[in-house]
Amino acid sequence: MATTIKNSQPEILENVVIRFVGDSGDGMQLTGMQFTDTSAMFGNDVATFPNYPSEIRAPQGSLYGVSGFQVHIGSVEISTPGEDLDLLVCMNPAALKTNLSALKAGHTIIIDTDSFTKKNLEKALYASNPLEDGSLNNYRVIEVAMTSLTKVALKDMGLDNKSITRSKNMFALGMVYWMYDRDMNYTLEFFAKKFAKKPIIAEANSKVLKTGFYFAETLELIPNSFSISPSKMPKGTYRIINGNQATAWGFLAAAEKSGLELFLGSYPITPASDILHELVKHKHFGVKAFQAEDEIAGITSSIGASFAGDFAITTTSGPGLALKGEAIGLAMILELPLVIVNVQRGGPSTGLPTKTEQSDLLQAMYGRNGESPLIVIAASTPANCFDWAYEAARLTLEHMTPVLLLTDGYIANGSEPWKIKSIKDMPPITHKQIKGGDPEKWNVYDRDSVTLAREWAIPGTKGFEHRVGGLEKDKTTGNVSYIPENHEYMTNIRAEKVQRVQNSIPDLKADFNDEGDLLIIGWGGTFGSLHSAAKQLSDEDYKVGHAHFNYINPFPKNTAEVFSKFKKIVVCELNNGQLAFILRGKFPNIEFSQYNKVQGLPFGASELTKKFKTLIK
Amino acid sequence: MTEATKYTFKDFASDQEVRWCPGCDDYVILRAMQKALPEMGVKKEDVVFISGIGCSSRFPYYIDSYGMHSIHGRAPAIASGVKLANPDLSVWVITGDGDSLAIGGNHFIHVLRRNLNLNIILFNNEIYGLTKGQFSPTSLIGQKTKTSPYGNTQPPFSPGELGIGAQARFFARIGGNTPKEMTQLFIEAEKFQGTSLIEVLQNCVIFNDGCFTKYTDKAVRPDKQIHLEHNKPMLFGKDRDKGLVLNGLKLEVVTLGENGITESDLLVHDAKEPDPTLHSMLVRLDYPLATGIIRAVEELTFEAREDALTKEVSANSKFNKVDDLFFSGETYQVK
Ligand code: SF4
Repeated sequence: MATTIKNSQPEILENVVIRFVGDSGDGMQLTGMQFTDTSAMFGNDVATFPNYPSEIRAPQGSLYGVSGFQVHIGSVEISTPGEDLDLLVCMNPAALKTNLSALKAGHTIIIDTDSFTKKNLEKALYASNPLEDGSLNNYRVIEVAMTSLTKVALKDMGLDNKSITRSKNMFALGMVYWMYDRDMNYTLEFFAKKFAKKPIIAEANSKVLKTGFYFAETLELIPNSFSISPSKMPKGTYRIINGNQATAWGFLAAAEKSGLELFLGSYPITPASDILHELVKHKHFGVKAFQAEDEIAGITSSIGASFAGDFAITTTSGPGLALKGEAIGLAMILELPLVIVNVQRGGPSTGLPTKTEQSDLLQAMYGRNGESPLIVIAASTPANCFDWAYEAARLTLEHMTPVLLLTDGYIANGSEPWKIKSIKDMPPITHKQIKGGDPEKWNVYDRDSVTLAREWAIPGTKGFEHRVGGLEKDKTTGNVSYIPENHEYMTNIRAEKVQRVQNSIPDLKADFNDEGDLLIIGWGGTFGSLHSAAKQLSDEDYKVGHAHFNYINPFPKNTAEVFSKFKKIVVCELNNGQLAFILRGKFPNIEFSQYNKVQGLPFGASELTKKFKTLIK
Repeated sequence: MTEATKYTFKDFASDQEVRWCPGCDDYVILRAMQKALPEMGVKKEDVVFISGIGCSSRFPYYIDSYGMHSIHGRAPAIASGVKLANPDLSVWVITGDGDSLAIGGNHFIHVLRRNLNLNIILFNNEIYGLTKGQFSPTSLIGQKTKTSPYGNTQPPFSPGELGIGAQARFFARIGGNTPKEMTQLFIEAEKFQGTSLIEVLQNCVIFNDGCFTKYTDKAVRPDKQIHLEHNKPMLFGKDRDKGLVLNGLKLEVVTLGENGITESDLLVHDAKEPDPTLHSMLVRLDYPLATGIIRAVEELTFEAREDALTKEVSANSKFNKVDDLFFSGETYQVK
């Protein structure tokens, strides 16, 4: 049933969306990442979306054990991992069943036919074999006996059966490399390095990759071959980075710039653990990454480190943030610098650990006892997690109040090109540590007249010995105070201090149009989807603007003004309307429509444009 | 350190009015600490007290050094962060039986396991004081409290047994009415390289008055307590005529002169024995109650392990500055 279409000239495409799907043991993440890196090196803009089950090794062939990696490459600006697929690479029936609906009609599926056994079809709950029953007639199906071909290729190498079948993903990758005119060298070098100690495995993988590549080339089985030119990105040195790595590196940069040592107190939790994994590697920068006994010890050890003068952070995801609530309140009343990173995932409770969502916004804003406002900011793309981690550091160290940085599973695991920033090009960070001076003229809660930040006297500094604590403090001395007026004063000044951050952050800006019929609002990790949808509508001459919040508490000063220039406003979120709720409280005279989705998945551009068009009419 | 020796206990008294109930043993502990600190050879600005929540946890406010009165149960974790950030500091955790063994139980066992060089003073009064008289994890079976009006039905922890089970390298116990010995114990705890756990039998005059009297009352103390000293025979009693021997797998009280027992038959206390078996038996002993330094076994501290690893990693690293990292590995040029 394989279609044969010859085409001597490669078709020139602007962008292509490819998804590799298979069993969680089939190496789909690695395959996808190799394709991504190779494309980025070639000069394409790229964005990725790994989607994997929370079970480490789900039963083979099961529907819930399917692991996927989607990559969007282009010669044009790529701001999302894409929506509808141009190519689906499918390693088993379960993967086909769970992913077929995303493939555009008439487009290509590459299938490993060896995996379409009776047993696997049953596990995928197929009543009949889709390769035979005509259900794939609307697609171009490339049937390849990948497992057998891999076995033949490796038969003389003396490898065990498991190692052989494990490399069949490279057969698929080789085929896709040929289809999209990619160079194999990057991946061949990757094998040589990764398996330096096991050269036979490196050789086997290389051999299978090449076999797949030449198979695609020679056998005329490939319906089409495509070419995507390098995209026009700003000049510079790049690397592919995912959001968690970018977050970790932003903190490394901030520590070096501020001259402080970085302390991370953390407890493993999906999808935030990769920040911890990254930072434990960097002892050479003086990083103290402490894996604590629980979430609470993660944050409280950081509070201790901050009290003692380190730049301290803690990283977690939704349920962990709930556990840290009381301690965040402590950091807030102590007025110590601390960054709390929440890599959001589907909730509530354990929810959907490996899926994305934006449903912790209200928790971030209000999830503590008492009046305890924090600075809340959100990163919006994988690469800009670097900038927002750095900004979180700047804000907490300059304003002496905790900052809660929100990212999410989608941008944390997604990757894209990052134009590498050198530390010398980063803005300065001025912390408030006391170096000397007259302790007689100093009080614990003396404040900077502009920011209201207090000074940071750390243990070891002679003459500045003092006590802090979770009980309400006298507004000057920091001694315990139960005086009613003092409590109100302190409550207000802590809130005012957060509010005054407005003076040190840039204005909100609407992209595409700064006035018009519809303003599309979002925050955090939905930037790419909203940006593409807005761009598409704007290209079609709709008068839409896109304003995206990275600063959430406080909002930029000009927020109301930006809102006032549009006839309608729609707030788009991967939750049931949490930012919309906050906006209605802050701007009671403005009407906000909503578009919400809580499926553990990012927005697709087409659902958005459809919704926006109905709003404009 | 010559400068440090000039301190007197007044240098460590803050200007805050002490607010414990009159007659509470907390006063004794505070005073013992203020006397011990000048003898430790540490600078005042290098001393940090971290407490949780409860009566005892007001302690840091009364000492003129750096201090933090934090949240319930978390002091060991906060203190760990302080110590890791600056290993040169002298770090003290002030906690109670509820704070460390109930809500903070997890941090308590893990801080002992890791063995940072810090000191924990556990004020054990077998009751919740600040919340006004509920049973705690060390309250006895049958004890009548606000939340056990018919008698407590939850068996208690022994802090020392739990601590040694969690690999405490240093454990000492002291009555709340023996300030001199207490001062000495605090100095010894500071000298010890590793986590020191000191249980103070602290009488709460309001909610659990007299709970330790049968061991700590001046009149019965010599007969009911055995104050252990390293390398000394396990001898006790008003007339120094009683001692401990090992009978099978049990400790047994013997009287010198009876059945031909002489001092040389008694066990000799070895606080530095790495095997915790005998230390645990001593901790569990009800008669006589063991006080003094029961266990003091030094081994590499957590911060020393971390420091060695950091030096090793740094020596082998090609990264000096973050730019070296950012521009390393798989980068590519867009022209
Ligand atoms: S309630 Fe008990 S423990 Fe608390 S201060 Fe009063 S006497 Fe001391």
